[in-house]
Amino acid sequence: MHEMSLCESVVRILEDNARSQGFGRVKTVWLEVGALSGVEIEAMRFSFDAVTRGTLADRAKLELIALPGEAWCMQCAKSVEVQQRFDACPTCGSYQLQVTGGDELKIKELEVE
Amino acid sequence: MCTVCGCGEGETRIEGHDQPHDHGHGHHHHHHHHHEGHTHDYGQGPAHAHAPGLSQARMVRIEQDILSKNDAYAQANRRRFAERGILALNLVSSPGSGKTTLLTRTIDDLKAELTLAVIEGDQQTAHDAERIRATGVSALQINTGKGCHLDGHMVGHALETLQPEDDSVLFIENVGNLVCPAAFDLGEAHKVAILSVTEGEDKPLKYPDMFHASTLMLLNKVDLLPHLQFDVDRCIEHARRVNPAIKVLQVSAFTGEGMSDWYQWLRANRQLAMIGLR
Repeated sequence: MHEMSLCESVVRILEDNARSQGFGRVKTVWLEVGALSGVEIEAMRFSFDAVTRGTLADRAKLELIALPGEAWCMQCAKSVEVQQRFDACPTCGSYQLQVTGGDELKIKELEVE
Repeated sequence: MCTVCGCGEGETRIEGHDQPHDHGHGHHHHHHHHHEGHTHDYGQGPAHAHAPGLSQARMVRIEQDILSKNDAYAQANRRRFAERGILALNLVSSPGSGKTTLLTRTIDDLKAELTLAVIEGDQQTAHDAERIRATGVSALQINTGKGCHLDGHMVGHALETLQPEDDSVLFIENVGNLVCPAAFDLGEAHKVAILSVTEGEDKPLKYPDMFHASTLMLLNKVDLLPHLQFDVDRCIEHARRVNPAIKVLQVSAFTGEGMSDWYQWLRANRQLAMIGLR
């Protein structure tokens, strides 16, 4: 359940940006979440609502952008999509995969006023 | 003193610090560090600046990693370790894998040879730090309260109090949890995962993030193997599936079997931490 502390970090980043970019309220937050980031989407939504109460992002909308897991298959010598870290290559079945993407956890954009 | 301090986790308590340390954000922030009765005094600056003329909705692109704050604390810790030749290891496992027993045995066997220090993370109680201090090595307890993991900020504060010596080995025993600590860098050189043979051999598949993030897996309690149906090869194969580079050592902190390999690994990594410093 570290989604709660992740959401606390989100609020802190919003507060920093409110100061540096001069806005007072956040209406929407776009968050990129990779399939391999270890984050449970539903827990993230739940925590976001709880943690933003009474902050500059009170009642803000959370838009989640899901990014696929990506790995390089050494056998096929190409990039393939994986759902989990221990997945086999969907083409050849090999486990010789190097994860190359999908662990993103990033605030992309904000709608503010 | 705080180096990059900026926030507080409501329920965290660190031995030697007067906490809970619950301060507002958007403050300007004075730290008065007295050794006794140590008070924190935080000015109440405006947190939400409402700039006139900016009431219309607009878009702001920020592209910032959620973990960037933690990563900044972790980097500050890592710099401190590098400057002082300290080998910092983040020990992660489920509750009951024998982490503290493994640590006390390691300390007993190596304290004459190496300078050691320990940071203990648990939700509650100082039992583990007391067990470590009974070995004669300095240890500091962090209680995370409701928190499920240590983070870079808590460890930074713990270092101010613990002050590990130059060229020492610092063990950071994380909260027993195979999920959350995987995401939070503490500034360590390596994560070391401890898995005991009384757990399932498919744990690396069930908790892939942690085994993916670890450099070394210590398979503990191997003295119990004759009494269990635990397939060591399958377990290692599972660990390699999530992390082809992971090194696995089979040990028993109880009988001492395999522990000399672990000590060799520690000595080698400590040498690496000290190279180029003096």
